[in-house]
Amino acid sequence: MLCDVCQTKEANVFFTQIVSGQVQKVNLCEECSKQKGVTDPTGFALAELLLGMGTTEEKPETKGPTGTTCPACGFSQSEFKRIGRLGCPRCYDTFKSEVETVLGNLHKGTRHTGKVPAHAADAARGNRLESLRHQLAKAVHEEKFEEAVRLRDEINSLSALPAPAAPSPPPPAAPDQTAPRP
Amino acid sequence: MMRFSTLVRQPAAWMLPEGPHADIVISTRIRLARNLADRPFPGWAKKEERIASLNDLQPGVEGLADMADGFSADLTKLDPLQKQVLVERHLISREQAAKGPGSAAVINRAQNLSIMINEEDHLRMQAILPGFDLGRAYQMLDAVDTRLEATLPFAYHNEFGYLTACPTNLGTGLRASAMMHLPGLVLSEQINQVIHSANRIGLAVRGIYGEGTEALAHLFQVSNQNTLGEPEPEIISRLEKVIRQIIQREHDARQKLLQTNPTKVRDHLGRAYGVLRHAHTIETKEALNFLSMLRLGQDLALLNPGNRLLIDHLLVEIQPAHLQLAAKRKLSPEDRDTLRAELLRLHLRHLPEPESTPPTPPGETES
Repeated sequence: MLCDVCQTKEANVFFTQIVSGQVQKVNLCEECSKQKGVTDPTGFALAELLLGMGTTEEKPETKGPTGTTCPACGFSQSEFKRIGRLGCPRCYDTFKSEVETVLGNLHKGTRHTGKVPAHAADAARGNRLESLRHQLAKAVHEEKFEEAVRLRDEINSLSALPAPAAPSPPPPAAPDQTAPRP
Repeated sequence: MMRFSTLVRQPAAWMLPEGPHADIVISTRIRLARNLADRPFPGWAKKEERIASLNDLQPGVEGLADMADGFSADLTKLDPLQKQVLVERHLISREQAAKGPGSAAVINRAQNLSIMINEEDHLRMQAILPGFDLGRAYQMLDAVDTRLEATLPFAYHNEFGYLTACPTNLGTGLRASAMMHLPGLVLSEQINQVIHSANRIGLAVRGIYGEGTEALAHLFQVSNQNTLGEPEPEIISRLEKVIRQIIQREHDARQKLLQTNPTKVRDHLGRAYGVLRHAHTIETKEALNFLSMLRLGQDLALLNPGNRLLIDHLLVEIQPAHLQLAAKRKLSPEDRDTLRAELLRLHLRHLPEPESTPPTPPGETES
């Protein structure tokens, strides 16, 4: 049997690779095998490399949009597909859906539940407070007083400021409204 | 700041035979990846942008109290040999060693904290301690991170957490790992099974030098793969649990080998001893594997106790860059092999022979 690469010398190195059930065999002479580094156990896509068989996978999708680019750094979607990394922090918003499809396979979850830097924690707390105040106003307006009490308590504990002068047990707006009718 | 020559005169902290389970866990490491919010990641940034990020980061990093009297250098100011020495000490990554302008390394005096600027991320910070000590390493690095973020605007996303160049590090940016010496599991051919079961629960086990069962010196790195969706303490405790099991299995494998095949163990050790004491030329690979056997012999009390420090040092000192640095001249690979053998003969000249009679297990005297 002749070497698949040089086609002149007798092959004596036989390389078999099975990728998802597909068997690829390559027969090489000793010289070609050395030249191609077949002795290197780390090179896994060897068969493809050696004979340049463009195989399976790794075909960029033909459909799909246009190549969005990140407004902050100019990184493109096709670049992300090619190297699997992003261009800048803003890319995570630019390519959010592409990133999300990858995350499922990589990690335990898709939301961060660990350490929060102080600046982000402050910002997050501000946002939360604002939303709670909004909900509180709505609850009062709709006369859902139990909910209003709960929201007020949460606001108080979150803002970590001393509670307002009003005594805390009775809800602020509730007494009049819920008082039994004469 | 400390000079390079001062740094290399002292062993890195992790090379000392200290810390919990130091017989099997040589070192533990925590790495955090962080990036500046308003700059492109190093791999996409242009040279000027990389230098701008470096200028943003370097003063803050060098100014850390932890880095007082430490070592700091732009990668362009180090020659290839110096970079390789830092790689062999696990103080910078191979990738970082290949970086050009805009990249730097800052290392503390004890060499248990090192911060790479403009590696794959703007900051790759690592704490590396001897023995099995992940909790302490994390505490140490977490404190450094908190101090830095007081002045540096790290990229953080409400959903994705800390943003990294590669989504594989997203969220916590945390990679926790242990370097383990597992000759028992290799000799008893259980290592592949261990690797597979670790992989199944999202942990990676790799040879430190070389791959798979070819791992030189029977040294393996066990690390987490997932960084997003779990808080840091959970990631670490999951890894700790597995490392504890691997330690136990390694102990069991060693005892079993000693009981069922003491001749095999003694033969490995005896050959290692013979070659290391008497060879006049030896390659890195062979030296690493034989030193590993001495280390095992020591842990099984077949060799005089008290030599682990020496053996662990030699595991680093016989590597190409360290040898070359000590020789103070350019060496061909052949010169290196000769010098390596010389170094080993010199340092091991007082090492007594391994015990030659197998100790009889209690209650199993021959009738």
